[in-house]
Amino acid sequence: MAKAKARAKRKATSKKQPRPARSKDGLLLVATRKGAWLFRGNAARNEWRADGPHFLGHIIHHVMLDPRDGKTMLATASTGHLGPTIFRSTDMGKNWQECPRPPAFKKQEGGRTVKHTFWLTPAHANEPKVWYAGTSPQGLFRSEDGGITWNEFSGLNDDPKYRAWMGTEQDGTPNGPKLHSIIIDPRDPKHLYFAMSGGGVHETMDGGRQWKPLIEGMEVVAGFDPKTVTFHDPHCVRLCPSNPDRLYQQNHCGIYRLDRPAKVWKRIGKTMPTQIGDVGFPMVVHPHDDQTAWVLPMDGQTVWPRTSIKGAPAVYGTSNGGKSWTRLDAGLPKSQAWWTVKRQAFAADRGKPVRLYFGTTSGEMWASQSEGKSWNCIARHLPEIYAVETAQI
Amino acid sequence: MQWRPRKYDFQAMKILIASPLRSYTGADEVEAYGANLRALLADLDARYPGIRFRMIDEQDSVRRHMRIFINGEPVKDLKYVLDETDEVCIVQALSGG
Repeated sequence: MAKAKARAKRKATSKKQPRPARSKDGLLLVATRKGAWLFRGNAARNEWRADGPHFLGHIIHHVMLDPRDGKTMLATASTGHLGPTIFRSTDMGKNWQECPRPPAFKKQEGGRTVKHTFWLTPAHANEPKVWYAGTSPQGLFRSEDGGITWNEFSGLNDDPKYRAWMGTEQDGTPNGPKLHSIIIDPRDPKHLYFAMSGGGVHETMDGGRQWKPLIEGMEVVAGFDPKTVTFHDPHCVRLCPSNPDRLYQQNHCGIYRLDRPAKVWKRIGKTMPTQIGDVGFPMVVHPHDDQTAWVLPMDGQTVWPRTSIKGAPAVYGTSNGGKSWTRLDAGLPKSQAWWTVKRQAFAADRGKPVRLYFGTTSGEMWASQSEGKSWNCIARHLPEIYAVETAQI
Repeated sequence: MQWRPRKYDFQAMKILIASPLRSYTGADEVEAYGANLRALLADLDARYPGIRFRMIDEQDSVRRHMRIFINGEPVKDLKYVLDETDEVCIVQALSGG
């Protein structure tokens, strides 16, 4: 009964907002270790014009266009020397202003320091100026003025239980522990998910007053106890826009699917070819079909090379919710291509058919106009690519 | 509104600015007031908004790869008392690619 009520409430609060008028041109927002680039594509997506670099020399971790107004962009930045900040544009990247109060932890004895803002998520359509941000080390922040000023959100950053699960920076990944995959239920602005590397997947139903781990069914490195939240390392979690009750996850230890209201993740990566395995970083979901998703497997053996397996990059796609996977490598190099693709560097647009894009740490941008069936390179010689987002303009 | 200096008992100090911070100042040498390092950085931030957080973190520590030298000596304590004749240099650590 309570669940039915919650669903009815989510449905009731989900109002359709008028979308800004768009042409059919495409936009790729590419964040790199040395700056940001905006790639503007024609309607056919067979011609791309590079606009950049923006912020040359800055480490740009994520660039995101607000889909609610179609013109506000945020870019999270740091440099090798300077502290983190966020730049904001309200004219599609023509001009940028620095946000006067970027995410920062509160000052206190033993307090933490934001090294960089790693992840940006525009909030629910009914909260037009609200954004969420995830940082390294793990912190959750919220802006209510379109990304100009930021505050810690929900008490999570100082919750003793969550601090223990976050671990110390020494426990984190080589580029620093991160809070990422901030997901808003499109039916309910108070229903949120986020993930931490490391520290598991978490959910709130009440706008952040209470958070609960959502880790059952997820595996951890052999020899560790999967009941211990801190041992979990989800790399990327995505919600299906066509079915907000379905989540897909690429984890350090496999590929998973979760169909709510169930709370137990199902490891769907076991059906991947054994010589490929199910290790990787990004996870991409189809915008119109909850049975379809894509991954980009990486070598997770021994010391974790995190490169294309045997130097032959391939996307793997499922069209049946993970029951089986198809290798999608037409047009990609067949050998000696030791690519790494980071968790934010693989994205889908909302086209029909869906177009896919990924960027490599060796600075190449690849695109597929056929939902992965064939690929072509659209940019080379960029710096190390950290994140790729798509938009229609 | 144009920024105006508050009244102090001493003259503005000259501060050398590291190149990564010149996008804020537009110059490699600027002036600011302050009886101690904390006040000086606050004044600098009032003139060039955002500059302080790029070199001092939220726990009031000088960031890992930034250095502040006063009269040639590295200083990390924001309570450090300044004299108007002090030479303040904000520099970045040398680094690779």
